[in-house]
Amino acid sequence: MQLTNRAKKTNKNPMTIAERLYLPALAGGLGTTIKHFFKKKPTIQYPEQKREFSPVFRGLHVLKRDDQGRERCTACGLCAVACPAEAITMIAGEREPGQEHLYREEKYAVEYEVNMLRCIFCGLCEEACPKAAIFLQPDKIAPAFFERDQVIFGKDRLVEKMDDRASVGIEKYTGVKS
Amino acid sequence: MELSVFIVKAVVILVVFGVTLLIATYSTWAERKVAAFLQDRPGPNRAGIFGLLQPIADAGKMFFKEDFTPRQASKWLFIAGPSLAMLTACMASAVIPFGDTIRVNGAEVTVQAVDVNIGILYVFGVVSLGVYGIMIGGWASNNKFSLLGAIRAASQNISYELAMGLSIIAILMMSGSLSLRTIVEQQHGMAWNIFFQPVGFIIFLTCAFAECNRTPFDLPECETELIGGYHTEYSSMKLGFYLFAEYINMFVSSAIVSVLYFGGYNYPGMDWVRESLIGGLGLDWGHNLATLIGSAVFFGKIFFFIFFFMWVRWTVPRFRYDQLMNLGWKGLIPLAILNVVLTGAGLLAETRLMSWVLVGIVVLVAVIQAAAANRKHAAAGRLSKV
Repeated sequence: MQLTNRAKKTNKNPMTIAERLYLPALAGGLGTTIKHFFKKKPTIQYPEQKREFSPVFRGLHVLKRDDQGRERCTACGLCAVACPAEAITMIAGEREPGQEHLYREEKYAVEYEVNMLRCIFCGLCEEACPKAAIFLQPDKIAPAFFERDQVIFGKDRLVEKMDDRASVGIEKYTGVKS
Repeated sequence: MELSVFIVKAVVILVVFGVTLLIATYSTWAERKVAAFLQDRPGPNRAGIFGLLQPIADAGKMFFKEDFTPRQASKWLFIAGPSLAMLTACMASAVIPFGDTIRVNGAEVTVQAVDVNIGILYVFGVVSLGVYGIMIGGWASNNKFSLLGAIRAASQNISYELAMGLSIIAILMMSGSLSLRTIVEQQHGMAWNIFFQPVGFIIFLTCAFAECNRTPFDLPECETELIGGYHTEYSSMKLGFYLFAEYINMFVSSAIVSVLYFGGYNYPGMDWVRESLIGGLGLDWGHNLATLIGSAVFFGKIFFFIFFFMWVRWTVPRFRYDQLMNLGWKGLIPLAILNVVLTGAGLLAETRLMSWVLVGIVVLVAVIQAAAANRKHAAAGRLSKV
């Protein structure tokens, strides 16, 4: 019974003299390999050359600031809820008077931690965030770590630096810069 | 012997030896580069420009690795193995005529370490000794895999030497001399032996692959069956010498193939080049320059065959041991004998092209049979559709 039409009939005929001579087949094989000799090599010389990232690449997390340098995160916890790997934890705090230039909303994340061993870089936190605060950067790979105590990334490593702004932000969704 | 002649001869011998080692060294680089290119990779390119310092880096690595001798091994024979392999490999290039002659003070010095009148026999003798290096090394390791690899190497070399010798007999019948220089001189211009001995050439080349333990006949070091074969227990530069000896053997084999079948330092139009050079530069310098060009052509042929060795290595998978023996004993030896008989008959009839009759018959039969099989196949296909 035939289930699919993909089955190929094998040729079980006895080999002809030309096939048993081995030399024609050998010449064919040599022809195939010499064609590869002149082909362009697809190798990327890594430290000097780097492969281009895909525009939808999801790399290292960043906690964005707005254009006045205030942290956008309001510690609502939606990212932690959305996270399928349960990698995100945070402690919320109330903004004190005089801290308006530091935090955009009245409530902010005192601590914000991403466990990089748990994180699967799915990007659901980015989609869940109502304040456009967390993004997975399309041009930065999460760095390698060699010790367990380096695994949990806190705010010191996640919050965007003022002098080194991340290339991704709210314009990814709105098209306008905040 | 005049002093200047002696000096030139000494220089020639040193250059031949040095060039042999240099080419073998860079064959290791070329092997990796060719392998890479045939597999769409760039190959070694970090040590120096194009990775040209790679052989030096490799040798340095080999020297600094731990030189390990197994406790149960026979210590002296364990050292003798790679030494012998290296020694015999280096000896064979002594009789190869690398060029015509150099003129110094009116005397002519051949560009060849020694011109013995039994050149090809010398090569055969030395090459046969080469298997001792592998055999002793494999046996002295006191390891069953090493021993099996060594036995394979020995039996393979003995089997293929027969066919190799028989294929050369046809050449010797035509040339009437065992001296490699005479054989080369008889192929003056474009009268290369390949045009008279195509069958012998194929047999000789196949046997050369087997004698060098190169793929597709590298069964002595078949990893899947024998771990590393005869050099399983070897490490450091002892292993390096085994591998290096293989590359020297490859160089010597390429040189012998070029000498026997591709005219050595002969090339079409060589007389015209020599005449015009002598006309332009005077007798001595013109002649020496013509010799140099001939040598360059010879090395070009050698490099092509070294490349061919590598090309085949990265194309053809390894034979099974019974296939190897079948091919050697049942295929190549009868074919070589047939070739000898046909060449002899041809010489009686005063033609040197008799070998082509064999090629013609085989090709004709193969084509006819393939066509018949095709027709049968097509007929069967029609039947099955109904």
